[in-house]
Amino acid sequence: MPPEPYDVLVIGGGLAALCAALAAREAGASALLVDRAPKALRGGNARHSRNLRIAHDAPSPLFPGQYGVEEFIADLETAHGGHGDPELVRILAQGSAELPGWLQARGVRFQLPERGALPWSRKTAFFLGGGRTLMNALYAAAEDRGVAIRYDTHVTHLELEDARVHTLPCRGPEGEGLLRARRVVCCSGGYQADRRALAAAGCPGALHYINRGSPHVTGDLLLQLLDQGAAPSGVPGTCHRVAVHACSPPEDGGIVTRVDGMPWGLVVDTQGRRFQDEGEVITPRRYSAWGRWVSDTPGARAHLILDDAGLRRAPPSLYPPLTAQTLEDLGRRLQLPPGALERTVQRYHAARVDGGDDPLAHYTTGLTPPKSHCALPLERPPFHAWTLAPGVTFTGHGLAVDPRGRIRRRHAPPCQTLYAAGMIMSPAVLGPGYVAGAALTLCAVFGRIAGEAAARG
Amino acid sequence: MTQPKAPNATETETETQTDAETRRTLHLCNICGFCTGLCAVFRSAERRPALTQADLDHLAHLCHNCRACWYACQYAPPHAFAINVPATLARHRARSYRRYAWPRPLAGLLARSGTATTAVALFTTLLVPLLTLLWVPGEVLFAAHRAEGAFYQVIPWGLMSAVAGLTLGFSLLAVAVGLARYWRDIGRGGPPAVSVWRALPAAARDLFTLRNLEGGGGGCNDRGERPGHARRRLHHALFYGFLLCLAATTVAAGYHHFLHWQAPYPFFSLPTLLGTVGGLSMVTGAAGLIRLKRGADPAPTAAETLPADYALLGLLLATAATGLLLLALRQTPAMGLLLALHLGTVLGFFVMIPYSKFVHGAYRAASLLRAAMERPTDRPTGLDLT
Ligand SMILES: Cc1cc2nc3c(=O)[nH]c(=O)nc-3n(C[C@H](O)[C@H](O)[C@H](O)COP(=O)(O)OP(=O)(O)OC[C@H]3O[C@@H](n4cnc5c(N)ncnc54)[C@H](O)[C@@H]3O)c2cc1C
Ligand code: SF4
Ligand code: SF4
Repeated sequence: MPPEPYDVLVIGGGLAALCAALAAREAGASALLVDRAPKALRGGNARHSRNLRIAHDAPSPLFPGQYGVEEFIADLETAHGGHGDPELVRILAQGSAELPGWLQARGVRFQLPERGALPWSRKTAFFLGGGRTLMNALYAAAEDRGVAIRYDTHVTHLELEDARVHTLPCRGPEGEGLLRARRVVCCSGGYQADRRALAAAGCPGALHYINRGSPHVTGDLLLQLLDQGAAPSGVPGTCHRVAVHACSPPEDGGIVTRVDGMPWGLVVDTQGRRFQDEGEVITPRRYSAWGRWVSDTPGARAHLILDDAGLRRAPPSLYPPLTAQTLEDLGRRLQLPPGALERTVQRYHAARVDGGDDPLAHYTTGLTPPKSHCALPLERPPFHAWTLAPGVTFTGHGLAVDPRGRIRRRHAPPCQTLYAAGMIMSPAVLGPGYVAGAALTLCAVFGRIAGEAAARG
Repeated sequence: MTQPKAPNATETETETQTDAETRRTLHLCNICGFCTGLCAVFRSAERRPALTQADLDHLAHLCHNCRACWYACQYAPPHAFAINVPATLARHRARSYRRYAWPRPLAGLLARSGTATTAVALFTTLLVPLLTLLWVPGEVLFAAHRAEGAFYQVIPWGLMSAVAGLTLGFSLLAVAVGLARYWRDIGRGGPPAVSVWRALPAAARDLFTLRNLEGGGGGCNDRGERPGHARRRLHHALFYGFLLCLAATTVAAGYHHFLHWQAPYPFFSLPTLLGTVGGLSMVTGAAGLIRLKRGADPAPTAAETLPADYALLGLLLATAATGLLLLALRQTPAMGLLLALHLGTVLGFFVMIPYSKFVHGAYRAASLLRAAMERPTDRPTGLDLT
């Protein structure tokens, strides 16, 4: 006799999965959550995250000011560039408003700006103790409510087909096994940990990427479902990435590996040539912009070159820079073609226009690419360099779902018993774009919707 | 992959492994910033990015070892960065106690603080009753003394107060010297700060409410993954119980000197009531903390610092328990020996104040004050994300 099937099986161990499992269980269903990661690394990429984007009509202890649903929708529309499903976009913005209360009722705590805990922002709420504390609270709530949890358990196949009872093969600590459930909510994330899959989908330089998040989010189920005829969303081969230290761990380095401070120096490719206006973007968008630009260089590697004055202006960095007394020596140690770095810096100095006291006001003329802000001289030794690589965050290509979270198919109506939530379907809302804090909000809002819908059948 | 290294601080001082690990850890925290809401350590570390030796000491003493950041840390083992803030800072504190110990030769006592505290306490606890047995004639020692001044028939007031005064005086001097050096070091070259007086109310609030054992509101992880408030409450019981006992002694000394009333005082007198409530509170706190520690997840613990913790808790427990026992049995013939026993534990405690984990209170208070002086000079850093 096979074991009695669960009402709802949730695949994944990130924020979408926990919200789905809690919502399903609270709606009266029996629920099993399986995560491929070991317990110590549970929580998916929420471990590395820290804020949620929340619509709010009035200031509250969590944020100053006001951020209405319509403003949220406008931000999302700018980000998704026409790829987001308008109905889902509205559900996300509206659903965000009640998230803080829902999460707090399940033990999650936020940073309160008035307690002197920084940072704060008008549009997002920060978790007290970051994403891992968030996930610890949700796991405790799920245990308390009777959700069955299995770590270290990899679901190896998911059939895109309705069934009275789904039987899914899995590999766990005790070897191969079968999981049985009436409805399945797939919250297994994008495919960013699988560089080959990214490259195959057309992502430039993907084989040289560093994965900032969990190595377990390879998207095997997502890719299987797309192969079987699930309707796609977003743009194949697109992903969110930021520039990170090339010497970071290849997986799971999280938020600390980012490199910042490009406006205070010059960025050159592996041939020692500039390829981008370093002063163009100085808003928080610079992180993802540099991820994209570095991806497009040969070998997806570049070097940020700073003089000693620039190093002092750049924000603190995880790794110390490579340092040399002369540009020539620095170029040699970076294995750039002889003379290339000196030539690039000479040309830059020749094109520089002094802007007086305001560092932002310095610029270049007649240089391609130009440096439109912060074009300060690069002359005070010693000289420093950090080598940059693209660090991928999540993919911009996934499944399409209906407003209840059911997986849409290309040539058939949506599945009645298969649901998806989280980054596996986020491109249906965000397209290939992104706004800070929207990923977690999406995971929580659609996780709740799918979990509850799956419980009600 | 390379392990992240800290920025180059002053290369003049010899780096010990402990310092290097503390610096590596806090440098990563400064880049990460996820735990800023959990306690005062992280914000203070951001104000001192150079992480000099004094910075590290200050941050280590500021840590209340609530363990919340261990369960919060995305870089805890098995992650390659292997960050363990509570254990690293506990190790650093232990080393820092030694570095600031005075007189220098006695710093060795802190190297094996657990053993030393236990040994000295056992020695005095046995020594005082032994000497009493040798010197005080049996018919005096084992008589039931009920009248005023009964205690002093067994051990004369003059002797008692001279020994207590000398040991306590020396110990307080030793703590003061270490503390003064510490205070000078953490202030020198630190970030901008307001005056001591302006910061005093905030520092007192942090100290007396143990705000940093609240994990930012959720509680600390005294046992494991799920936060709670047991540790803070038990520490309050121990600390305020200790203060009540101190108050009892002070009131009693006042009675003795100014009113010429002699101990033992009746049960419903101020010193006895204060001492009883304080003693019970101390026993509850110390026993509770010992239990909590024994049941705690070992992962965020620096195991080598545990003996010192247990030794201090044991000594405080013994002091309070013998005091309560003396109170209960003071009208019986057991009084004489119990008095000697209690005074033995008190003496052990006095001697070990500067050389046991008890000194943590002094450095912690100084660091809380320093943090409160630096806090008002922070610039607000709201970030609006687009
Ligand atoms: C460094 C970093 C910082 C970030 N910061 C923020 C932020 O501040 N705010 C924000 O909104 N977003 C942030 N994000 C994005 C956000 O963390 C993720 O988008 C979000 O956590 C994804 O959640 P999820 O539940 O959809 O899936 P994931 O977290 O990707 O989890 C997928 C889960 O499924 C499991 N799994 C995968 N395949 C299988 C299988 N076959 N069988 C069983 N289990 C499987 C995995 O083990 C994993 O637990 C950040 C991401 C990174 C990498
Ligand atoms: S303890 Fe870990 S999560 Fe917290 S600030 Fe430090 S590195 Fe970040
Ligand atoms: S007080 Fe708690 S949260 Fe703060 S550093 Fe120490 S253990 Fe971590």
